Amino acid sequence: MNTLKKQVILGAYLGGVNHHTAWWDPRAGSQIEFDSFEHTARTAERGKFDFFFLAEGLALRERAGQIFDQDIIGRPDTFTVLASLAAVTDHLGLAGTINATFNEPYELARQFASLDQLSGGRAAWNVVTSFDAFTGQNFRRGGFLDHSQRYERAEETLEVVRQLWDSWRGDDIVADKENGHFLRRPDAGTFDFHGGQFDIRGRFTVPRSPQGRPVLLQAGVSPQGRDFAAGNADAIFSPYGKLPEAAEFYRDIKARAVSFGRSADDIKILPSASFVLGDTEAEAWEKYHEVRNQQVTGQTALILLEQIWNRDLSTFDPDGPVPDIEPDPDAPPIIQGRAFTYQDRFETVATLRAVSEAKKLTLRETVIDQFERGPIVGTAAQVAEKVDAFVQNDGSDGFIIGSHLVPSGLDEFVDHVVPLLQDRGVLRTEYTGTTLRDNLGLPVPHDRIPYPDPV
Amino acid sequence: MTSNTPLHLAAALDGAGWHPAAWREPNSRPDELFTGAYWTDLAAVAQRGLLDFVTIEDSLAAPVNRYAPDAADSVDRVRARIDAHLVAARIAPLTRHLGLIPTITTTHTEPFHVSKGIATLDYTSRGRAGWQVKVSGHADEAAHFGRRTVPELTAQDWTAIAEGTLPQVLVDLFDEAGDFVEVVRRLWDSWEDGAEIRDVETRRFIDRDKLHYIDFEGRYFSVRGPSVTPRPPQGQPVVTALAHQALPYELAARGADLVFVTPADDVHAQSVLADVAAASERVGRTGEPLRVYADLVAFLDNDHESGAARLRRLDGLAGIEFASDATVFTGSAGDLADHLAAWQQLGFDGFRLRPGVAVDDLEAVSSTLVPILQRRGLLRTEYPDTSLRGVLGLPTDVPNRYVTGTPAA
Repeated sequence: MNTLKKQVILGAYLGGVNHHTAWWDPRAGSQIEFDSFEHTARTAERGKFDFFFLAEGLALRERAGQIFDQDIIGRPDTFTVLASLAAVTDHLGLAGTINATFNEPYELARQFASLDQLSGGRAAWNVVTSFDAFTGQNFRRGGFLDHSQRYERAEETLEVVRQLWDSWRGDDIVADKENGHFLRRPDAGTFDFHGGQFDIRGRFTVPRSPQGRPVLLQAGVSPQGRDFAAGNADAIFSPYGKLPEAAEFYRDIKARAVSFGRSADDIKILPSASFVLGDTEAEAWEKYHEVRNQQVTGQTALILLEQIWNRDLSTFDPDGPVPDIEPDPDAPPIIQGRAFTYQDRFETVATLRAVSEAKKLTLRETVIDQFERGPIVGTAAQVAEKVDAFVQNDGSDGFIIGSHLVPSGLDEFVDHVVPLLQDRGVLRTEYTGTTLRDNLGLPVPHDRIPYPDPV
Repeated sequence: MTSNTPLHLAAALDGAGWHPAAWREPNSRPDELFTGAYWTDLAAVAQRGLLDFVTIEDSLAAPVNRYAPDAADSVDRVRARIDAHLVAARIAPLTRHLGLIPTITTTHTEPFHVSKGIATLDYTSRGRAGWQVKVSGHADEAAHFGRRTVPELTAQDWTAIAEGTLPQVLVDLFDEAGDFVEVVRRLWDSWEDGAEIRDVETRRFIDRDKLHYIDFEGRYFSVRGPSVTPRPPQGQPVVTALAHQALPYELAARGADLVFVTPADDVHAQSVLADVAAASERVGRTGEPLRVYADLVAFLDNDHESGAARLRRLDGLAGIEFASDATVFTGSAGDLADHLAAWQQLGFDGFRLRPGVAVDDLEAVSSTLVPILQRRGLLRTEYPDTSLRGVLGLPTDVPNRYVTGTPAA
């Protein structure tokens, strides 16, 4: 084994809602029943993955005021599934996206600390915020959070949550039956926070979590988002699946982390990736194109473009050219309930037109070509090689692997690719740590509360 | 109701037990109260005893026993607890029959989250989920959220409450809780069964006509819906509430399937049953009658010590005489069986036992009390193959209020 090689971090995600999951495949199972989650999580643990990752939805998507009916919709509650998965796995990290806008810091801190307790130190939180009035219609808070306050609220939420997690020392519970001391100090868990977003005080109920604090995950590509993640997160999702730009992002995030006084190793960079395997490379690509063709029907292609154009494109022919009209950013959103990731609609449209022209692609073919971040396609040996090479070349510290087939899609990866990664010496053959932090190689946070005067 | 009707038996779990010194007992596991193993072990004992369900206590503040106050600087109480809903979810895959009913507060939380949380617990437990609704009237819990203030009740308020008059702040909180339960239930129905069609031909995954906006607009919040989670396996998971007064009885009568009550003696028991019936009448409850369960704190005799002696010893450790809203029972399992049988005759549908010491008294319930009740023909000898609703004798085929042609539930 080459001990100088970086170890590949692996997460597994179960595709919930969207057009990526091939629900029409006869082998496709439920995306709601617990069996599906249990199967995927057990498979990931069998493959010695670091964690299982679950996204979140807080409103059903709509197009032009009507609920989407073409793709998978409907999903379970993130916390509940993760706590149930804690019962059927022993080592796997349990990561969930939870929105900081529609939850208060006290309950977020409490739920994640509880999950960390109940899983023996395996909880991770992917922090996201929303300012979206559409989603707000389902919550007390409504949609009043101004876009400009997004990071302010997110930063402050994290600050409060950390203060709550740190309000207990690791040894505050003595549970001394003989002397009747349950607590080491009477004020364990007390907190007091006054900021622009929150003004709260009291007592946190959950003792210090087994990994000190649950692991924090983040996403973000804007300078503000990068800074936020580099300053706060234990891992960041990378949107880049191809090397030069991925390596640029990697360098940038690690440099920012160092500028915040952290070590470059204190933040892990993880792109999500789907994979397709074949006995030969040609067969794998054939399978890949088959899946993509099924995923992106004419209607799906039009709906994806409508998110960029913010116009009704239903009269356009999917087998014709990319629409020749301009986007309408100022109209009320035609697609609701989906995180919008296109920073500049006009630029994106120009790119799509250029690609379509240069490669002589129809509208649908253009979407197939452009709306994919970097699938890993090939024989098992090629996929293992690509994963390894990407990580060794500092494109990332690992991958979050998804499959288009729920719930059995990950089996192939674990059966065929994982042993090859282990042979290459870049993936553990046994779990060595007891917590997710241990497995990710992250530092354990120190207690922040000083000892009281000696008793 | 005749004596041939089996009685329903459940347990209320709260940390190391309901006695403040329970954690100091030899068998107690105070340093494991926050682990999965502690809770799954308790659940296994309850399931071995064929109990209908366990409830799991919770609050948005450190546990405080109003009946056993202690000094602010004391370190002798279990001043910590973890999220009950997640505890239930942690137990779910490792049990098969036991109903799981976590407590969730309605005052500072989001009905949308609670609805999908319990619906998902119903999926991960395969039809065994419930919810114990709890109102928070405490200033300290409000201060944890900072969204609004709730004044701490004064001595005057408590006197008024004892006389049956609730201060306006509590009236409003119960009113809000009523809306909360209504919204949670509407969200559970917001997907019709069979909404997922997976029609490969047309590429339609769902029939959008089978999803419904709930469009709730209330005094305290509004929620549009539909839920993101499809209708749970039970259709409507079991909703429960603990209540001691007319207004809470009305909240239960409006929205719950089961109410837990705390009669002090036979005479009080009869008046409680009458009060609950009157509350149902006042709110115009139709359909299934509200099931009434009497709560009892239990300290059972064991081989070397009577329940009464155990309680005295625990009181000595706590430095305070144990008191409770519910009747405190001490004695043998046989005596408790007699008591339950007698109260069942008064018209209670079931009983929820609060183990004084969780590990010891729950074990005694399962291994001693339950066999006695079985021998007397008062308790089943195996679990029926059905959902929690089925176990409780509630209809398992709940009409969906949004299905056209079906009367509102």
